[in-house]
Amino acid sequence: MNILQAQDLTKNYGDFRAVDRITFSINQGEIFGLLGPNGAGKTTTINMLTGLAMITSGTATLGGFDCNRDLRKAQQLMGIVPDESNLYEEMDGFQNLCFCGALYGMPKAKREKRAAELLVEFGLADAGKKKFNAYSRGMKRRLTIAAGIIHEPSILFLDEPTTGIDVASARQIRRLIQDLNHKGTTIFLTTHYIEEAERLCHRIAFMVGGKIVRIGTLRELMMDAQKENIVQFRAVGSLEKIGEAISREFPSVRTEFYGRDLVRIHSQQPLNLAPLVRVFDQNNISVYEAKIIRPSLEEVFVKVTGIEIAKMKQEKEKVKK
Amino acid sequence: MKAWIAFWNILKKDMHNYYLKPPNISWGMIFPVAWTLMVFLKSGRALDVLGLLPGVMCLSVLFGTTSMLAVTITFERRSRSFERLLIAPIDLNLLMLAKTTGAIVFGIFNGFVPVGFALFMTHLGGINWLLVLATIFLIAVTSTFLGLFIAVSVHEVFEAQTFSNFFRFPMIFLCGLFVPVQALPIFLRPISYAIPLTYGADILKSLINGNGHIALVTSFLVLIGFGIALFTVSTHNVKRKWIY
Repeated sequence: MNILQAQDLTKNYGDFRAVDRITFSINQGEIFGLLGPNGAGKTTTINMLTGLAMITSGTATLGGFDCNRDLRKAQQLMGIVPDESNLYEEMDGFQNLCFCGALYGMPKAKREKRAAELLVEFGLADAGKKKFNAYSRGMKRRLTIAAGIIHEPSILFLDEPTTGIDVASARQIRRLIQDLNHKGTTIFLTTHYIEEAERLCHRIAFMVGGKIVRIGTLRELMMDAQKENIVQFRAVGSLEKIGEAISREFPSVRTEFYGRDLVRIHSQQPLNLAPLVRVFDQNNISVYEAKIIRPSLEEVFVKVTGIEIAKMKQEKEKVKK
Repeated sequence: MKAWIAFWNILKKDMHNYYLKPPNISWGMIFPVAWTLMVFLKSGRALDVLGLLPGVMCLSVLFGTTSMLAVTITFERRSRSFERLLIAPIDLNLLMLAKTTGAIVFGIFNGFVPVGFALFMTHLGGINWLLVLATIFLIAVTSTFLGLFIAVSVHEVFEAQTFSNFFRFPMIFLCGLFVPVQALPIFLRPISYAIPLTYGADILKSLINGNGHIALVTSFLVLIGFGIALFTVSTHNVKRKWIY
């Protein structure tokens, strides 16, 4: 069942089109990732869905409520974690969480109980009475996520949740995201970290220049980019013989050699490893490694968008600093 | 009910985080004293407390409200914590009322500090304090909404201060506090009547020392009109400028 449905969503800033007729849906209970470089329109998309930006044209519904006409009702279902930790510096962790609960109309006893639970769940129990400005970046990020879910939203929008924080904190946050999802929260995640999207998301959309250029599950995206099946063998022995032997046994495949011990077998059909290994055995060649070569999400992204990942990361980090 | 929980907590947070901070409380008290002394020294004669009181009250409210609101909202915009309020399921008008109520309360408090001092210096009997309270409330409301208008128009905290002064200082001299409006050059009088403080000051003068010259009902209605207009324009600008 779809919790969020966007149809031809468009955002113009004067003559500049920041988001260009994007259409996508998010299923209840999934982690949906919007992946793209800086300026792709990811944050603008979140802003339109959450009420921070007016929709120029197109429609978006969340939990059945129109994000334009019934915005307040839709907002009640959302939790939002912006790309910067924007809680109140002069308030402590507990007060910040309680305040955020109050914004969603939670009664005092309920929000205080939930805030105390979240501080424990997010590993911040000892920092509950500490002012937000005394938190480390990772702690700030965790508290901001906790603030986003204090009212138990149906969907959580996470805008670049791990950008600019240390590796350990980023790992902790990814674990928290997975835990939240296991408990049933639908997650809409924007990121420029390809490995983060690969690790966390059930479905991913590539966004470039305001457009969604590809959308699908990880498998679908990979399959899309994989024109043929490839199996790689590392072996000891006379590899020249194996080319002919394999061609005899499997006429439709193509073999490529890399150095003295590596051979790749390409086929349009799915390849079965066992018969191939048998051919190696029959030719007295010992196989010590066999693996199916699949394109990485990074390769797929580069192929689809033509954007270099390293450059994308550098740009984002520069902006963040 | 849910919206009012949010309203009350926004107000409580602002009071706690901004208005009830010791520097602001002391500023609220020192400021009226400074104005009183300044006007007294300038007049060079025996202190006419009843003559000064309406002016000092008006200036205390004007400076208290515009400074605080313009700065706090601009500060929250800079730190992006204001976005947290904009994405909460609260009607924008109610949200802006919640953000401005703290400044209005602070302004009313500031407005009555000079009254506290005046009590030690003169007899304040025979004044309709209920109407004075209503007037101070309306001056606080219009000044706060002016502060909101300023906050929505700027990006930086220092700009908020500069822009506030751009409005405040001409208002002080044109609202009839130092020079009666009737005594101003004729070309300046229309500007005087376009300033909400003129009407607030005139009501206070009528109530405290009998020197007002505009009908009370007219002044009250004009102040209410200014309040509604400034709030409407400001919330419209919030939508236009902050909800991109």
